[in-house]
Amino acid sequence: MSALQLLRIALRALAINKLRSALTMLGIVIGVGAVIVMLAVGAGAQARVEEQIRALGSNLLLVMPGTTTAGGVRMGFGSSSTLSEDDVAAINREIPGAVAAPALRGSAQVVWGNSNWSTQVYGTTPEYLEARQWPIAAGRGFEPAEMTSGGKVALVGATVARQLFGDADPLDQQIRIKRVPFTVIGVLETKGQSLIGHDQDDVILMPITTARSRVIGSANAAKQRSVGTVWVKMPQSADTREFEGQVRALLRQRHRLQPGADDDFSLRNLAEVMAAQEASSRVLALLLAAVASVSLLVGGIGIMNIMLVSVTERTREIGLRMAVGARTRDILGQFLVEAVTLSLIGGLVGVGLGIGAATLIASFAGWRVVLSPQAVVLAVAFAVGIGVFFGFYPARKAAQLNPVEALRFE
Amino acid sequence: MLIRTRNLVKVYRMGDTEVRALAGVDVSIDKGEFVAVMGPSGSGKSTFMNLVGCLDRPTSGEYWLDGKAVSDMTGDQLATVRNRHIGFVFQHFNLLARTPAQENVELPLVYAGIAKQPRAAQALAMLERVGLGERAHHQPAQLSGGQQQRVAIARALVTEPLIILADEPTGALDSHTSLEIMALFQALNRNGMTVVLVTHEADVARFARRILRFLDGRVVADESNLPVEAAVPA
Repeated sequence: MSALQLLRIALRALAINKLRSALTMLGIVIGVGAVIVMLAVGAGAQARVEEQIRALGSNLLLVMPGTTTAGGVRMGFGSSSTLSEDDVAAINREIPGAVAAPALRGSAQVVWGNSNWSTQVYGTTPEYLEARQWPIAAGRGFEPAEMTSGGKVALVGATVARQLFGDADPLDQQIRIKRVPFTVIGVLETKGQSLIGHDQDDVILMPITTARSRVIGSANAAKQRSVGTVWVKMPQSADTREFEGQVRALLRQRHRLQPGADDDFSLRNLAEVMAAQEASSRVLALLLAAVASVSLLVGGIGIMNIMLVSVTERTREIGLRMAVGARTRDILGQFLVEAVTLSLIGGLVGVGLGIGAATLIASFAGWRVVLSPQAVVLAVAFAVGIGVFFGFYPARKAAQLNPVEALRFE
Repeated sequence: MLIRTRNLVKVYRMGDTEVRALAGVDVSIDKGEFVAVMGPSGSGKSTFMNLVGCLDRPTSGEYWLDGKAVSDMTGDQLATVRNRHIGFVFQHFNLLARTPAQENVELPLVYAGIAKQPRAAQALAMLERVGLGERAHHQPAQLSGGQQQRVAIARALVTEPLIILADEPTGALDSHTSLEIMALFQALNRNGMTVVLVTHEADVARFARRILRFLDGRVVADESNLPVEAAVPA
């Protein structure tokens, strides 16, 4: 007996009880649909985290100025300007493969023509773009001459470009930052949100010398060379721990810290923080799918229930089939194919429903959803597996009927 | 010798009590015979039919069908014997509901592994032989009782079996239709088909050429009969 033959028999039997077949499938439809939606939502959350990691740049180390202790009172991180441009230069010079860039941060009101916008201003060096892996969309970067002479040039982030210039081309426009005129020499690529939902494109970059003297206006002239934070990109091949150790040792040596003394700076490995977050979002996605698959299991029990009823109802048919020559495996195959057909059709409808629901969620709730072919295949395969598992017992029951008793069954 | 049984015994266990449905039956049936198996209910005639039809296995004793020892075959071997060599006709027709007559007739060929085209041709030819060629695509519910039984007979004949086993084939039919069905069996028998018929009605048994009477699990009489011709009034 061929598989096609069995399929035809199964389809006819299912067509005879259309409503019952449809209701039985509904359990699988809902189960598969839920699994598809949950996997899509989970994958969407994961994709968002991965995107943020990419936006930040992988293998990135953030060095922040450390604490000071004034009369026994310990201040928080950043309370002292312990990092200088010389530290940045030393890291670039002494640690092979490292790309370090300072950032001196402030906020300012920016004016162009009759529009204005409040944004973050970063004083930095050309290495900043390399460390952050942040390409320039249009225009150019800072020239060395502009760095040394405190050139009044600025790179604008995508958000600033949009807010300040609208549809106009920002390149070579004159903007004023704290009443100082700057020339826009480039526009940065869109970077997206940071891990905490902060818009990284809402930023203006300028040479650190210009920022210090013209915009951020340092109050303490003694620490003229101090910087706010230092971004360090480690080479791809570097071991994170070892690299961190090198940076720490270099800075401790430069700051003349005694062994046993606290660091006067802090190191943060952002990629690691985000890897942890990614792992937790993956666990969440898995958990959601597991919960959804419980409903698939319930659907499978529904199939088993209906198949048992069907075998009892059709006892005489089974007896007749045996009388005209059906072997054990023919009857087993017939009812197994029937159960699998139920679960397969239910699974395919469920996939359609799940994709539809995921699309609706994406457009109405604004959540990110990712539909992967693997998830679809997995859900359908799981549904078929459920059909085989829960269909086997009723099918075996049918195949083991005694033909004489089956024919006599009322 | 088409059918030969020796000391056939069948014991059913019902709870603690044992029921001896057959208590040692020795029967021989030749090719081309038309045998009626008679007896009151509980006499063992149905059990005898089930054993002869390879639907069941004897508790002890032996059974040769066409020279082959059937009594020690496995379940699947018996299924093959039923498929190839035995055609069943039941009291309640046992057609598949909502399935066209032709596909009902095709059913044994499906299990014999015959391809779709020759299967359909053979089924249609057999329906024509029982006079239902024009109703091949009717479903059982659209056919009369007599027509349904003809479809069932076509299904029994389609594999060209050695023997037709009919269990009360007229039990659910009116007297006129019963006569038509018996005429059909007689016609088949005249063409050489071996027919074994189980009935408790003497009216039906008189169409056979030999009558086996069962009582309490034994054959108590084996007599030849001058058959009445089932002439169908026009």
